[in-house]
Amino acid sequence: MVDLAASATGDLQLRNIRKEFGDFVAVDDLNLTIPKGSFFALLGPSGCGKTTTLRMIAGLEEPTSGTIAVGDTDITYSKPYRRPVNTVFQNYALFPHLTIFENVAFGLRRRGIKDVKEAVEKVLALVELGHLKDRKPGQLSGGQQQRIAVARAIVNRPALLLLDEPLGALDLKLRRQMQIELKWIQTEVGITFVHVTHDQEEAMTMADTIAVMNKGRIEQMGSPVDLYENPETVFVANFLGQSNLIKATVGTNSGAETSVDVQGARIILPTSRNRSAKSSVLVGIRPEKINIHAAGTSTGKNALHDGVVTDISFVGVSTQYQVEMPWKQELMVFEQNDGGAANIRKGDRVTLSWEPNFTFALDSED
Amino acid sequence: MSRWFSRNLIRIYAALALIYLFIPVGYTMAFSFNDAGKRNINWQGFTLDNWKNPCGAPDICVALGNSLKIGFLSTFIATILGTMIAFALGRYKFRGRSATNLLIFLPMATPEIVMGASLLAMFVNMNVNTGFWTTVIAHIMFCISFVVVTVKARVASLDPKLEEAARDLYANEYETFRRVTFPLVLPGIAAAALLAFSLSFDDFIITNFNSGTITTFPKFIWISSIRGVPAQANVIGTAMFLIALTIVIAGQVVGNAKAKKRR
Repeated sequence: MVDLAASATGDLQLRNIRKEFGDFVAVDDLNLTIPKGSFFALLGPSGCGKTTTLRMIAGLEEPTSGTIAVGDTDITYSKPYRRPVNTVFQNYALFPHLTIFENVAFGLRRRGIKDVKEAVEKVLALVELGHLKDRKPGQLSGGQQQRIAVARAIVNRPALLLLDEPLGALDLKLRRQMQIELKWIQTEVGITFVHVTHDQEEAMTMADTIAVMNKGRIEQMGSPVDLYENPETVFVANFLGQSNLIKATVGTNSGAETSVDVQGARIILPTSRNRSAKSSVLVGIRPEKINIHAAGTSTGKNALHDGVVTDISFVGVSTQYQVEMPWKQELMVFEQNDGGAANIRKGDRVTLSWEPNFTFALDSED
Repeated sequence: MSRWFSRNLIRIYAALALIYLFIPVGYTMAFSFNDAGKRNINWQGFTLDNWKNPCGAPDICVALGNSLKIGFLSTFIATILGTMIAFALGRYKFRGRSATNLLIFLPMATPEIVMGASLLAMFVNMNVNTGFWTTVIAHIMFCISFVVVTVKARVASLDPKLEEAARDLYANEYETFRRVTFPLVLPGIAAAALLAFSLSFDDFIITNFNSGTITTFPKFIWISSIRGVPAQANVIGTAMFLIALTIVIAGQVVGNAKAKKRR
């Protein structure tokens, strides 16, 4: 088949993509380059525009403006069946009237390939479900259907595989297993995976690069470690893991270090980790980075005094403390249960301390 | 005794209800074996003559043939038209959709006698001679609504994601319809066609107004009931019933066998 769009390969490029539904702007000036062969995640809460973005890449929606290209080939307005893109749908969308074999062979047959047996059996072996090829989708478990949905897409060797919340319908244990399996399949077949999810843990487990979306825009993009350790916005700081965000006023800047005033206490952070240009900022610190001590015995460089423990919950790997500060803000502290835990009880007065390197500062959202 | 009674109350009730439903059918069947002569009202003795010669009564098989022809033709046309309307209503948003939805229900709600009389008035005004084709037109008209309602339910239950998946898997619009949409809606279309046929075959009121000199099976029975319905009518009625029953049972058996094989 001499079809330029269908055989395009290369990086996926979204340029100035905008999508409106009536008055509602679902996606707003989105720019994104997804390198060939990567495992990319679009992460965000429901309604953030991530599924709309995926549907535009698949060709199931047309952008209001902007361009979508694979390599040098513009596919913005190509029909979905003329794109080198296949999708694993949220509820799998397996054809209920066809056998598993025919489901997987569907794409190959539509492209006019006569001898599909070998390719189909190979991909069914890859997902370890060859023995179910004569069944109908309704007779398979959720996890099996999920794998067939993946097989049905990757058998076509698309340049791009889109996954729309593919693990949402599975229970936790199966979801973990499928995360590992999907990651393995991606490495095995070398196709670019674009994975849409609202589950930050899922995105962090699987993806090389994550783009965090909010209200139709990309808030921040980077590796899981980068996003977690160096959040650039309040939204990212709260959406990936938990953060303690405290109002502060910027004080002196001595080049490498910046000091801020937090309710009278002097807190130091690397200047490179101050993402705000304003004088009033939110100082952030992850709960697991904080050490908790009985009042007055602090050792760290950054310390906040006179907290009162209001709640303690033991969650196995760690103990989570809720500490009320004098300015009535509750802070979270996670201490690992490695035997060195301080003997702290509910109602105790405590001091919280941490290393300056872990501190970051953000623009307050309002 | 009373414990036995309360424990089996539901069974007794079910048995009585079924007997109530099937007495007329049983009566029809039994009297197809009546050695009746002209008036098939009193039991005159058992015979197989009626079954050996179902066309024995004058003109009965002409009427039956007319009914089958009208039934198949109006079913065929009503199913095609109704299915297209059902897809339009179930799939697309357009101006006047909700009005169309409402109007489709009207023929079902209108009393048949009124509709039959109005149709006749219309044909007379247009100087059309009533007969075979006016009957077909009338039957298509009242069958369409039922087809639309039946098929629309099936279209509505079809997950649009399946069609998106087909398009995603290199099927163009035509292939998507042929390979995914149509096979999945087909059971609804088949049910609609069966319903349309039975409505057409059964119809007397509208047919009586608009069929002119053409005699259908229901019309034949009504006319002959003045002088006495021949036992052959019971034979044909019983045969229709048994054919329908066989089709239903065969469908169940085949379905069960398929389900068993898959396991």
